[in-house]
Amino acid sequence: MNIARIIEHFFFQLGQWCQWMWMLASRPEKWSVYYREAIRQADAIGIGSLPVVFIISVFFGAVTAVQFSYQISGTFVPNYYIGYIVRDMSIIELAPTFTCMLLAGKVGANIATEIGGMRQKEIIDAMEVMGVNTVAFLVWPRLVAALLVIPMLVVISAGVSIVGGFYTSIWGNLFTASEYILGLHSFFEPYNVFIMLVKAVVFAFLLTTISAYQGYFVGTGSIELGRASTRAVVFSDVAILIADYVIAVIMT
Amino acid sequence: MIRIEHIYKSFGDKRVLEDITSTFHRGKTNLIIGRSGAGKTVLLKIMVGLLRPDRGRIYYDEVDFLSLGRSALRKLRMQIGMLFQGGALFDSWTVEENIRFPLDMFTSMTMGEKRKRVQEVLEKVELDDVLHKYPSELSGGMQKRVAIARAIVMNPRYLFCDEPNSGLDPKTALIIDQLISEITRKYDITTVINTHDMNSVMQIGDTILLLQGGRIAWQGTKDEILYSKDETILNFIFASPFLKGLRERALRCEE
Repeated sequence: MNIARIIEHFFFQLGQWCQWMWMLASRPEKWSVYYREAIRQADAIGIGSLPVVFIISVFFGAVTAVQFSYQISGTFVPNYYIGYIVRDMSIIELAPTFTCMLLAGKVGANIATEIGGMRQKEIIDAMEVMGVNTVAFLVWPRLVAALLVIPMLVVISAGVSIVGGFYTSIWGNLFTASEYILGLHSFFEPYNVFIMLVKAVVFAFLLTTISAYQGYFVGTGSIELGRASTRAVVFSDVAILIADYVIAVIMT
Repeated sequence: MIRIEHIYKSFGDKRVLEDITSTFHRGKTNLIIGRSGAGKTVLLKIMVGLLRPDRGRIYYDEVDFLSLGRSALRKLRMQIGMLFQGGALFDSWTVEENIRFPLDMFTSMTMGEKRKRVQEVLEKVELDDVLHKYPSELSGGMQKRVAIARAIVMNPRYLFCDEPNSGLDPKTALIIDQLISEITRKYDITTVINTHDMNSVMQIGDTILLLQGGRIAWQGTKDEILYSKDETILNFIFASPFLKGLRERALRCEE
């Protein structure tokens, strides 16, 4: 592919994206139907993702605690700093960014495959013939569900991660529980929780819209469906990391 | 009645439809036939507004379809029902939810009224005890019937069917054909069917439009086919020696 084709493709995608977002911005036909769908999606995203978020978060906290304990061993840095670092790492970075990257793989791929499957099975065409604004109908419920549920998952993830670090202290005998708890109470900035929630909302928006867009414009055949799903995950993850950097620069 | 005038459509350099002009009558099953790649599905998609033609006009009972504004288009769309090749049913919804969907979206009926309407259309397509089943629990023929039920739940004035018999056994295909034909006559609907099933052509085709290479190769009625001397239509409809033989025998008997 030469440069001209790449530029042409980029502007085509950009134009298509803008058009698509414009359709998303238009007024939904029937709120009651959207509400029903949003509840269904919230259940799928929230309950469906809770176990995996829980497992990953326990290890976030545990590994951070063990690693930091190793880093400060033999130095003058007091052990209670481990609790402080685990808490802030979990709240500012690990919980929002890694949870959302994980959800891009789980929820994002699912959204792209589900909407792509609807495109391939002509369900989207059927809705368009009926006069339904398909972009709004397919994306709004998922977006609302993600914007409500993903921040909750991120908060849970942060909590579980901190608890994961605490249990390491008991099992690993690297530091005492009281040292860890003292660290948790030290230098707490409520503003960090706000940063975490902002990140969660922005990442939820990115992973949902990017994945839905990839599914909506899927080509024909199972290979294309697989590609759309892969693109959804990769593009969402890249977008999340870029947004993470931008938010970090702006808010800290 | 639907009238299409001088429809042209190309994808890149490939011309798919060229100067298609025809009329599809109310209360009749109007068939579009042709080999794979002849442009049948593209024409059907243009007629329902899923694709825009490069040139040409489409009139739904004198209403210029292509120049309608958003709200007028939406009103017209509520009068259109479409049956897709694979049924196009939501996998994660029950039969009732699938059929009720257009009512949920576009009417202010109460839940009781909607349920009653769903039951009525299910009776029309002769389906019982499937309300709470999922599409995956139904046979191909039953899925098609559910799709027909959804297509007619809003009492459409225009019904479009894309390959309604594909993937069905001959007996079920015949039942689906008869069902569409009955609904068309009983409710005075303008029905346009895109098919390459020759049984359907001879069974329910009131008017037939043959497309070949994106152009109209032949137009006429079912009865005209039997007596036609046009090689194009004869070679298409009676492609097999068996069918050719049957036709010749029928003509000899009449003589």
